[in-house]
Amino acid sequence: MKSFELARPTSLDEAIDLLPKGRGPAEIDDARPLAGGQDILTEMKDYLITPKRLVDLAGVAGLDAYQSAPDLVLGSLTRLARIAADPQIALHHRALSIAAESVASVQIRNQATLGGNLCQRPRCWYYRNESVPCIKKGGAECFAESGLNKYNAIFGGGPSYIVHPSDCATALVLLDATVTKRGPRGESRMPLEQFFTLPSEGSVVRENVLKANEILVQVEVPAPKPGWTSTYLKFKERESFDFAMSAVALSARIEGDTIAEARMVLGAVAPIPWRAGEAESFLAGKPNTHATWKEAAEIALAQAEPLEHNGYKVPLTKGLIQKALRELSGGESK
Amino acid sequence: MRLLELEINGDRLHVAAPPHWTLLEVLRYELGLTGTKQGCDKGDCGACTVLVDGKPQLSCLMLGSAAQGHAITTIEGLLPAHRAQGGAGADPVQDAFDRCGALQCGFCQPGMMLSAKALLSENPTPTSTDIKHALSGNLCRCTGYTQILEAALLAATKTEEVL
Repeated sequence: MKSFELARPTSLDEAIDLLPKGRGPAEIDDARPLAGGQDILTEMKDYLITPKRLVDLAGVAGLDAYQSAPDLVLGSLTRLARIAADPQIALHHRALSIAAESVASVQIRNQATLGGNLCQRPRCWYYRNESVPCIKKGGAECFAESGLNKYNAIFGGGPSYIVHPSDCATALVLLDATVTKRGPRGESRMPLEQFFTLPSEGSVVRENVLKANEILVQVEVPAPKPGWTSTYLKFKERESFDFAMSAVALSARIEGDTIAEARMVLGAVAPIPWRAGEAESFLAGKPNTHATWKEAAEIALAQAEPLEHNGYKVPLTKGLIQKALRELSGGESK
Repeated sequence: MRLLELEINGDRLHVAAPPHWTLLEVLRYELGLTGTKQGCDKGDCGACTVLVDGKPQLSCLMLGSAAQGHAITTIEGLLPAHRAQGGAGADPVQDAFDRCGALQCGFCQPGMMLSAKALLSENPTPTSTDIKHALSGNLCRCTGYTQILEAALLAATKTEEVL
């Protein structure tokens, strides 16, 4: 890792002032915020980024809010282990509880913050390889598009085909979370769903709207509406800790034999948490049967565009959707 | 260079280290505490696990400065329990790993033992599933997992006796 200046501000305004003034790709490496360090330090060790200054947020006041469920307020420095261990979150926001517990290992959950988890960079091996000048690093080409793309996107790809690696992002978009960020012009709030950007919409070298001199302050999750329950299913290549190959966050209100309403977000299949809107509309008011689950899964994956090596994600995700629907219907989840 | 004030295994220490040095590098290359291993150095293997206020964390993904204000326990911190060091006896975890032969090359052992120690402090009567979950962030490249699991279970029985 290249050396850097370590700044340890105590206020948000001071921290923002220490971040880059400009917006260009050249300025972004002037300074970067540091939270739990679980992603940024690995990027620095691999020389993917070489910031001249790290702005340590640990001592900054106002990033450690914590109000437990049902109306959740989670400061961006909240450790994932705290979210995973909170029985109130497990009770009211089950998808988030499961997602937080599914992230990496015990050690990493003790260190990783929610803000860092949402802002972590992609795991695509072309991006993570220092010597590959891929489009995410300012190069001209996405090597995954025609290369080894087993772990890449089946939705929303182009010109980059990364998948968003965050489990919590998928669960929090499902739970209609709102995010607050702060920059030199003050604070702003937005639905988390709008925080993430497709490579074709925003800047291809970023995954969200956060500017180089903005800091994610907190995430708020509204209390669940009466009768709604949620879950998060993550498929990994190994039983031990790993990133998702596909994930499904699902919430629903089931009345008797009918699925009254449902909401569905797919993870690890697109550059952003992927809302399955058509499947949601289909499920509303349908009988709660195997046939409905199967058709919902077909509809959710109908527009998928697999690359050469990730076609397995289509049946895998369909299976996870049916499993999640069965689980919320009181069936066996495993 | 930056002067760090650290609490390692109960000792308050002042150490000068460059700002980009991780806690792992400070431990190994400034303090000579080489029991903490440098494996992948990227958060994949768990060999660098230390306890931060009793909780297992990766010293390779923590800057030295981030360790300030916290009580750090390294594998050397289990030593005072050893009879040879004037303590009352081996730490139950250390003793159990010894009795079960829960090591091959030994590289993962400090991290494994500290992860097991943290689990037993929180949950003195873990099931095999609890242990597998708690140790899942520690990789054994010799694949000696069976004895490691046995050792953690044995340590749990002993810990219970001690409590």
